[in-house]
Amino acid sequence: MISTLIAKYNYWIYITLMMVGMYAMIAKNNLVKKIIGMNVFQTAIILFFVSIGAKQDATIPVLEHSHGPEAHTVRALDYINPLPHVLMLTAIVVAVATLGVALALAVKVFNRYHTLEEDEILTQIREE
Amino acid sequence: MKWAALMVVLSTGGLLIFATDDFPPWRDPHSPASEHVSPRYIEKSMEETGVPNLVTAVLADYRGYDTLFETAVIFTAGIACFLLLRTYREKEKESRLYRHVHTGLIVEVEAGSRMREASEHFERADRLWAPDDLIIRTACRILIPFIQLFGLQVLANGHHTPGGGFQGGVILGASLILLALSRDLRTATRMMPERISGLLSASGVLVYAGIGTVCVLLGHSFLDYAALAPILFVDPVQARNLGILGVEIGVAMAVMATMIVIYGNVASAGYYDEGL
Repeated sequence: MISTLIAKYNYWIYITLMMVGMYAMIAKNNLVKKIIGMNVFQTAIILFFVSIGAKQDATIPVLEHSHGPEAHTVRALDYINPLPHVLMLTAIVVAVATLGVALALAVKVFNRYHTLEEDEILTQIREE
Repeated sequence: MKWAALMVVLSTGGLLIFATDDFPPWRDPHSPASEHVSPRYIEKSMEETGVPNLVTAVLADYRGYDTLFETAVIFTAGIACFLLLRTYREKEKESRLYRHVHTGLIVEVEAGSRMREASEHFERADRLWAPDDLIIRTACRILIPFIQLFGLQVLANGHHTPGGGFQGGVILGASLILLALSRDLRTATRMMPERISGLLSASGVLVYAGIGTVCVLLGHSFLDYAALAPILFVDPVQARNLGILGVEIGVAMAVMATMIVIYGNVASAGYYDEGL
């Protein structure tokens, strides 16, 4: 049990953060709080993926001593996996893009219904 | 306390934690994610592209097609915000506030009439927040050129230090958003008009796709930067190095302009007269 905890605790922490974001998206009433929950969820996914690429006793994926007379052969064990970092750069950009469009939609919803609370919006929709 | 939502969240979390039983241990050097194609990128990157920063080499060269469409995604988000929000009709008649520059007195002009915009004695003040604090204005005025220099440094040193197109573009966009926050949105729009920022974001994507198309016109595959070697008079490894730099410049242009477009439209709800 303890060895499983030590081996896997990074995944569990990020799953907990994901679930916090998911609860905010589902349960909160205000639209802006839901958007913040979406952002927390996306951040947790990004951290989860980046933690997959870690290696024991390895340094950041920027080659050291690559130019000049000290250049030597590169061992893959010395550098952490760059692929999750690259994929998560895309994910960060997508998170910013969806945040911008979500806020624009929230502005339009407010202009139409004059409230950002989900239950008041549903009441106004049902009365139409 | 919403019990249904809590049950859903707890059961999903429980299922995911149960699924981590099959995951490799953390920081395992021989995990499946680090085994198949990743060692090739790490070992061959310097001799094939000449870029020490492995993340930039993989992002802009080995997985450059993916990054092209990511740039298109951020451009599309800017267009979506513009199309959703931008309106060119005036707000309904409401009074405007003007500040006397020398004494700080606020004058309210009733709906329908307005003062001369470019007067030297009066300046327009925003209704929600009137940023006339001298400390904020002066501090941001000193900081903004250095922020822009730092953004350009992050973009240019993307080959050797962590950095690159996205990071540098966001820093450059943040410098203009700081100008909009410390002065007002009209000042930032005067510095970077909407037309220029729209054209800049589109031309960023065009630079990226254009470099790829030039490679096709020279006979190689799309985004194969080694094709640029004859026209740049360098060897293929250096051509890939320069191709990565050109592509990152395109990305930085697109990201900077899109940040400004999204901020301008969301902060002023499309009217572009009074910002946050």
